[in-house]
Amino acid sequence: MAAVIKKVVMFYVDGFRSMTVGRKLWIIILVKLFVMFAVLKLFFFKDFLGERFKNNSQQKSNYVLEQITK
Amino acid sequence: MTDISLVEWSRWQFALTAMYHWLFVPLTLGLAIILGIMESIYVKTGNPEWKRITKFWMTLFGINFAIGVATGIILEFQFGTNWSNYSWFVGDIFGAPLAIEGIMAFFLESTFIAVMFFGWNKVSKKFHLMSTWLVAIGANLSALWILVANAWMQYPAGMHFNPDTARNEMINFWDVLLSPVAINKFLHTINSGFVTASVFVVAVSAWYLLKKRETQLAIRSIKIAAIFGLVSSLYIAYNGDGSAKQVAKYQPMKLSVMEGLVKGTTDAPLSILGITTKPDEKDSLEIAKVKYSIEIPGMLSFLAFNDANAFVPGIHDLIYGNKEHNILSFNEKKERGLLARNMLKELQEAKKNGNVEAYQKNREEFMSTEFQKNYFAYFGYSFIKNPSQLIPSIPLIFYSFRIMVALGIFFILLFALVLWNTYKSDLGSKRWLLYIMLWSLPLPYIASQCGWIVAEVGRQPWVIQDYLPTLAAVSNLNVSAVQVTFWLFAAIFTALLIAEIKIMFKQIKLGPGELKK
Repeated sequence: MAAVIKKVVMFYVDGFRSMTVGRKLWIIILVKLFVMFAVLKLFFFKDFLGERFKNNSQQKSNYVLEQITK
Repeated sequence: MTDISLVEWSRWQFALTAMYHWLFVPLTLGLAIILGIMESIYVKTGNPEWKRITKFWMTLFGINFAIGVATGIILEFQFGTNWSNYSWFVGDIFGAPLAIEGIMAFFLESTFIAVMFFGWNKVSKKFHLMSTWLVAIGANLSALWILVANAWMQYPAGMHFNPDTARNEMINFWDVLLSPVAINKFLHTINSGFVTASVFVVAVSAWYLLKKRETQLAIRSIKIAAIFGLVSSLYIAYNGDGSAKQVAKYQPMKLSVMEGLVKGTTDAPLSILGITTKPDEKDSLEIAKVKYSIEIPGMLSFLAFNDANAFVPGIHDLIYGNKEHNILSFNEKKERGLLARNMLKELQEAKKNGNVEAYQKNREEFMSTEFQKNYFAYFGYSFIKNPSQLIPSIPLIFYSFRIMVALGIFFILLFALVLWNTYKSDLGSKRWLLYIMLWSLPLPYIASQCGWIVAEVGRQPWVIQDYLPTLAAVSNLNVSAVQVTFWLFAAIFTALLIAEIKIMFKQIKLGPGELKK
């Protein structure tokens, strides 16, 4: 089992090492994911209902019902 | 009352994100299949030149994949933040396909894409080929689930609304997955991706031929891409006919607006070209008119209903009603929608006041098939103040549709011409054709963006057809917060697009290089 895991890990390590254009792309991917999850999601895209009513589904339902029937 | 500028900014923000996202996706969908075909030829023939060709296009695929990956996640952020009423209302209908998409994309694409890029000379040829095909299938299946969710918004099926939770509940998964709109939309969309990738391969190859570099790679790539592109573009034309029939059946206002058809008629003509003009000042519906139209008599009736004499409703029929053709007026639909909305309100009040008898009676009636079909089906109309709100922008839809169709025809001719010249003459010497091939590169992107404009702007004001308009779906946010994120996205996505173009151009200029042993 350990040998298989080592083989898989080395497969990825060797793959990343042999990259040329891929390194630049990985930097772009990592920066993009950081901006998306650590900046946008955290500061700009909070769950509107989740923020107000935590995990209370009934309160969320009541709020939406109020919104669509007012 | 919902602030209209909040609705507009939220829509602009979603549209901006979706349109940028769709700049990256189609190439991934199509190029993955082209890679599978090229590598299959390599494995079958054992010719190392095909391995070199596959690896070159795989690098370009990798650039597009890396820059575009996860750009769609921002759309999901927006559902929870900007469209919370919609996200809740839509219930598990949207959740289930998106969850399946996430799992499928993660396991299929992320696992096998590593084998695809890192596995050359490390796994067997056949296992590598299988990985390439699984990435292609995985990418396209991911699109399936997103498009199933989108199709449900255009044609809600397989669900019922639970008045206690304010959520739609899936009652038949297969009705959602196999709805005619979903199947058609999926095939139409992925084939547009196939055409995009084919034009991309043809255009880049043409550049090499113009520079008199990599001639063999270019000609072989063109042969694969032109055949694949021709088959895909012919299929899109066939499938587009199916889409038109579905629009006629389920979204008649969209069809009327696509054609600028104000008054319904039998033998309805298809407008090939025309110019939209400003609405008449006296027209309370503010309908933009189509003038100087070049038309084919009866063709719209035929395309919509397979009968050149069939009646196609116009905007007036859909707003004012048409008894002869059993079309309800806006006022009638609004009354029915208001009745459903009041019933929902009464239900909640009875529940809140502990009036069990009234609650049970109302709930039974609310859930009855008759009430759902005749009243709740028009729930969304209760939010519409003015019937002009039901009419999407005619100039935008009219021109977008014609640009899409014209480009679709152009692609068929382009691929046919390229194939003819590739097999019958020396393509490299036809510089005029090589320039057409090269400068065609942006066209499939324009065509598919126009297609999405027709599909999405054309179904306004509905976020869920007839059930929920955008103005009732939006979260009660501060408009300035939406404006800030709009410009933030515009900056981020523009930076990503510039990065993609720069890296892609650099890699194309470098060329495939020699094949490493």
